[in-house]
Amino acid sequence: MYVSHLSLLDFRSYASADVELEPGVNAFVGRNGRGKTNLVEAIGYVATLGSHRVATDAPLIRSGADRAVVRTRIVRGDRASTVELEITQGKANRARINRGQAVRARDVLGVLRTVLFAPEDLSLVKGEPDGRRRFMDQLLVLMMPRVSAVLSEYERVLRQRSALLKSARASRRSGGSSRAESAAAELATLDVWDARLAELGAEILSLRIQLVDALRPAVAAAYEQVSDADGDAEIAYRSSLPALSAGNPPELSTGPGDNFADVGHLRDLLLEALVTARPQELERGVSLVGPHRDDLVLTLGGLPAKGYASHGESWSFALALRLASFRLLGGDPQNSADSPAFWDPDLGTDADPVLILDDVFAELDVRRRQRLGDLVLPARQVLVTAAVAEDIPAALEGVRFHVEPGTVTRD
Amino acid sequence: MYEGAVQDLIDELGRLPGVGPKSAQRIAFHLLATDDQEVKRLVDALTEVKLRVQFCALCGNVAEAERCRVCLDPRRSDDVICVVEEPKDVVAIERTREFRGRYHVLGGAINPIENVGPDDLRISELLARLADGTVQEVILATDPNVEGEATATYLSRLMAHMGITVSRLASGLPVGGDLEYADEVTLGRAFEGRRVIGNDK
Repeated sequence: MYVSHLSLLDFRSYASADVELEPGVNAFVGRNGRGKTNLVEAIGYVATLGSHRVATDAPLIRSGADRAVVRTRIVRGDRASTVELEITQGKANRARINRGQAVRARDVLGVLRTVLFAPEDLSLVKGEPDGRRRFMDQLLVLMMPRVSAVLSEYERVLRQRSALLKSARASRRSGGSSRAESAAAELATLDVWDARLAELGAEILSLRIQLVDALRPAVAAAYEQVSDADGDAEIAYRSSLPALSAGNPPELSTGPGDNFADVGHLRDLLLEALVTARPQELERGVSLVGPHRDDLVLTLGGLPAKGYASHGESWSFALALRLASFRLLGGDPQNSADSPAFWDPDLGTDADPVLILDDVFAELDVRRRQRLGDLVLPARQVLVTAAVAEDIPAALEGVRFHVEPGTVTRD
Repeated sequence: MYEGAVQDLIDELGRLPGVGPKSAQRIAFHLLATDDQEVKRLVDALTEVKLRVQFCALCGNVAEAERCRVCLDPRRSDDVICVVEEPKDVVAIERTREFRGRYHVLGGAINPIENVGPDDLRISELLARLADGTVQEVILATDPNVEGEATATYLSRLMAHMGITVSRLASGLPVGGDLEYADEVTLGRAFEGRRVIGNDK
């Protein structure tokens, strides 16, 4: 698939903009702060309903305006669809597909699929686990949009449960008899939240374990291609469940015959762990068991990438994670042989996700630049941003756009 | 900021659910421009509602006497109680004319973030109504969201060994809609709760 048209209204620095895009390489060149990233951020937003730069929607709306509109035309095979998103501060976003009735923003997921490379990706390797959890979850949503509902419901249950633990702890501390009584009654509802947490948590856990399994060979292959080194890049899922991490090494995989990914089994394990953890949870007032405590472990030649890998190696690893995602999403036919069993993608025609490389080349040395350029070239559409045109590898010829504040012109 | 009385009115209106500062301002100026008679009618309605309306001592629904209209209606069945979160849910179900039993209004759902626990809901009143054995079935009609589901699960566990049938409203497809436009969660629920309409075995 590719994006053939992008139009913005009061999005970030743009009062309005209309850009016609082509299949193949499209490069946006302009000095820093001119609004290159805003363009690809808008396209990424249509695919994921989130920005890769900020957690909230408020900064996306041009200051002074009360709503931003992003309209994209997406061509897949010989069919074109338009997706229009209206981002309003403090309100639910409104969406429209093919100029039809307004739908919930969530229904837009799946129409456009993107894989985005950005300087922020370095934190996938060097940063905290929450970034890696988000990486897994976002990829799952791209593969199966229904997962977004599971994730947001889990999030809600988790928040309710944590609030309950916190207030129980507070009333235990204050020690008043009437408050202690009501705390006891509240705790009776903890079982109910545990059941929901285990049910939704098991589903997320199962999906993530299978995802990591499917991603593992692709990451190892991509790392080799990007770095041209025999680095042995490995990924593994680390669960907070004691039963799953008791072995040595603590990471787990789903070999044939293992039932690690069986939802019913995982739910029982979660419930068991919740019983064990309860005294400690009540003591600390936080939820200690579940997929929100897990991590994706990255190792290079057997050593943890975080802390041991050099800057260049960390970059290669981050790129390998993104490239592997791209291939998993149907971008590379040579990889389809070991496409994951848990995901029957029914890719249909022209399923290639759109590749976005936001300011990535400036961060890489010349050799990595060229290799990455060669690797992404076969993609149906590649959107590149760069401050200077020389940063873009020669292999990535295509359409060039010049970006000045508020305007985009085709060279 | 406006002077005295106007700002007071805007502040009060802004406290109403669903009314933000901008809407509050608009309503306030609308009221200023409205003639006295109409404003008087609004004031009377507000006063009246607080004077006359109370909550039914039995089911918790809005009532103009000690008992609400539904609880007083002798034609309704005493075997079935439908449990809802708010009085407005009673109105919604009454519009269907499908249900001829009694209601029980909880006054909300379990919501630890908002500091609402089971003690803050009318749950002990519900259990008291079940004590004499008249009620055969309890229908849990709390909202199909995280909080409503948790409340329903909690209640069903409380009533597990009371010899009462406990049922939950089905979630499923909207009537008159298209299957292909249903979201995955709703469609998944509809599959879970499917009904047999023919069985040759």
